[in-house]
Amino acid sequence: QSWPVYEEVYNKMLELAAFLDLPRFPDITDSCFLHPDMLCIKYLMEANLPDELHNWTCRVVKKIGIGEVDFLTLVPGNKSTRKVKYDILAAAVIVVVLKLLFLLDDHYEWLLSDFAEERNKNNKEGGLYFEFKKWYEVVKRSLDVEQKKLDEERAKYLWRCEKPLFYSVKNKSKVLKRRQMVVNLQNQFGKLSGSVQRAEKPNPSSFQLSWSEENTDGSCFHGHSLKGILQEKCGLLTAMNPDYWLCTVKLCNEKLCGHLAHYREVDFPQSYHFVLRLFSFLLRIQPSYIHDEVCMIEHKLFNKKLYKKLKYNTVLRK
Amino acid sequence: SSHEHKLNFKKSKEACLNYIQDAMLQKQWKRAAEFLTFYVESLEKDYSREPIGPSEMIWRIGSEILCHHSHSSMKEFNCFMEQMKTLGVKRYLKVCLEHVFHLLCNGQIDEAYQSLSLAESWRFGEQTAVQDKEMKLIQAYRGLLDYYSWSKQKNILLEHGVDGCADLSVEQEMHSCFRKAAVNLKEIIKIPGVWDLFVKCYVDLLEFYGDHNEACQVLNEYAYNSKFPANPNAHVYLYQFLKRQGESKKSLISALKILHDIVPSHELMIDFNTMLQKSKKRKKRRLGLEVIFAALDYAGWKENVKAWSCLARQLKQIVISEKHLDWIKQEWNSRKDWWPAFHFSRYLAKRNWQENQSLSYEKALVAGILLGKDCKYFKYVSHQGCKAQVKRFRMLKKFVNKHNPVYLRISG
Repeated sequence: QSWPVYEEVYNKMLELAAFLDLPRFPDITDSCFLHPDMLCIKYLMEANLPDELHNWTCRVVKKIGIGEVDFLTLVPGNKSTRKVKYDILAAAVIVVVLKLLFLLDDHYEWLLSDFAEERNKNNKEGGLYFEFKKWYEVVKRSLDVEQKKLDEERAKYLWRCEKPLFYSVKNKSKVLKRRQMVVNLQNQFGKLSGSVQRAEKPNPSSFQLSWSEENTDGSCFHGHSLKGILQEKCGLLTAMNPDYWLCTVKLCNEKLCGHLAHYREVDFPQSYHFVLRLFSFLLRIQPSYIHDEVCMIEHKLFNKKLYKKLKYNTVLRK
Repeated sequence: SSHEHKLNFKKSKEACLNYIQDAMLQKQWKRAAEFLTFYVESLEKDYSREPIGPSEMIWRIGSEILCHHSHSSMKEFNCFMEQMKTLGVKRYLKVCLEHVFHLLCNGQIDEAYQSLSLAESWRFGEQTAVQDKEMKLIQAYRGLLDYYSWSKQKNILLEHGVDGCADLSVEQEMHSCFRKAAVNLKEIIKIPGVWDLFVKCYVDLLEFYGDHNEACQVLNEYAYNSKFPANPNAHVYLYQFLKRQGESKKSLISALKILHDIVPSHELMIDFNTMLQKSKKRKKRRLGLEVIFAALDYAGWKENVKAWSCLARQLKQIVISEKHLDWIKQEWNSRKDWWPAFHFSRYLAKRNWQENQSLSYEKALVAGILLGKDCKYFKYVSHQGCKAQVKRFRMLKKFVNKHNPVYLRISG
């Protein structure tokens, strides 16, 4: 017995759609929930990131054309187009944006954060500037707590079915006896659990982490401004960070080895890993899937630079 | 693609077990109980390939939790154990035994006895033969409890015996307990092992009913049969028995000789040395010296006045007779490098003098003989003693001064 993984379910879904000869699915336009722009809003909120980042995610989406109807809409049986995993795509876009603005090389983002902190001291505009360091601390704490809860839930998972199964009449009494014993033991030790009946969950919601601006402890970053890490150039606000590092210089052949890239935690900066870990927790999938999408997006984004071999910054960490 | 992270039954239960283990190690019994409730469903799965299956895990973990949990009662524990007995027939007797131990620890002697009797009558095809060892243990413990009953009744009789209205039924019951106990105790001590308590009880029974031959045989077997693991207590029991029976010094000495070899620091070494010193045979007296020196090699004896007085007495006697000074030389040879710092430092001189005059007296005598009148221990103690005008210290000073040449011969 086991829970199937995301990829298994996804692939079966595609196979089934093709088998059933389903026609093109309804169009996914920019007013649909599954559109990356929309999903980015959701995940930015859940990741406790400033709303202002949404401008940036939209820009990336537009630039690489992943907001196009034909790109997004599922056409079963069409083997030539890469199928879109909507949530993973949105999460990956956010990761790329974070890399664009903060570099995430375990060095620059902290410098930038200190810089923003300085600017915050003299900030008379009323709204706070976003500081990466504070965000990291708040989110990490919550993430660790939730992860721990999740791990415990997994250890407590009950697998048995309501009615016990038995394969022969001879077995029946033995199986039923066992079941009775299990129930007895559960009752006996359940009483000793000292428990706390788990309080009814307030509302079913798809948000696992929630942040409220009403909290006075400053733990919500939605309203924070990115101005602390941006600079004005020719009347436009641009990132102070001039660099970018690619997750991988060459993409693998997905059809051959199943992935676009191979993710190993030790090969990448810890900030990058943290961000992947955050979204991997929210989406309940392995970080490598998000990493694949990030690679895909980066290659689309820097396509010209990559293939024209113009001067670009690639900083690959050991 | 790697599906190693896939959540499956086996991993989920392994993780659950880890949480239980962590909680138990941190004595968080409620939390351990909570996770155990999620673990128990593994009983419904087949684990025949694993070395330790869930039923054994649950038995062991459950017992621990019920032992320590503040809200658990004996009643709950008993109920749990009864369920565990039905879980694995291969483990039936073991579970019974552990249950009995727990009952005994909680003072529930009668329940323990019932449990043992029930277990004794258990038969299950070839399992009965396979679990033979556990069965013997069960019978042995029942024998022990029979002995305990016998002992209680004996005491009742002894108390009321003077009145003359000795209750006949109590006496009969006592004898019946004796018979039951004797049979089982005799059986278990045949098997090579450490059965100290059982041996003691059995010997007690035999002595009471006057079967000294059997008792002697049992004790000899226990002490000298090479199949049994080396056990200093076996020799102690034999020695004590022989002493009670008023046996000759020769047999007492031979009983203690082996004890000296195994445990030179044993408390009986004082008795041993005392017996050996008085012997007419030179070899025995020589052994006595060896024994007492060996005992004092151990830190636990450092402040034992009796031990020091034994050594002092023997050394004094040798010095006065001027015979066998080479014995002292031989014993001192391997010790002269470390005994001075170990026993005769100036710090110890001060401390011994302050805390225990008799100790310092005996030690000073030994130091004076072995290290001469100029050694710091002797000098300090004798000076203090003379200052305090305690007569024996003046005598001590005279004695050591008189025999100082002997020291020179020893140390040379």
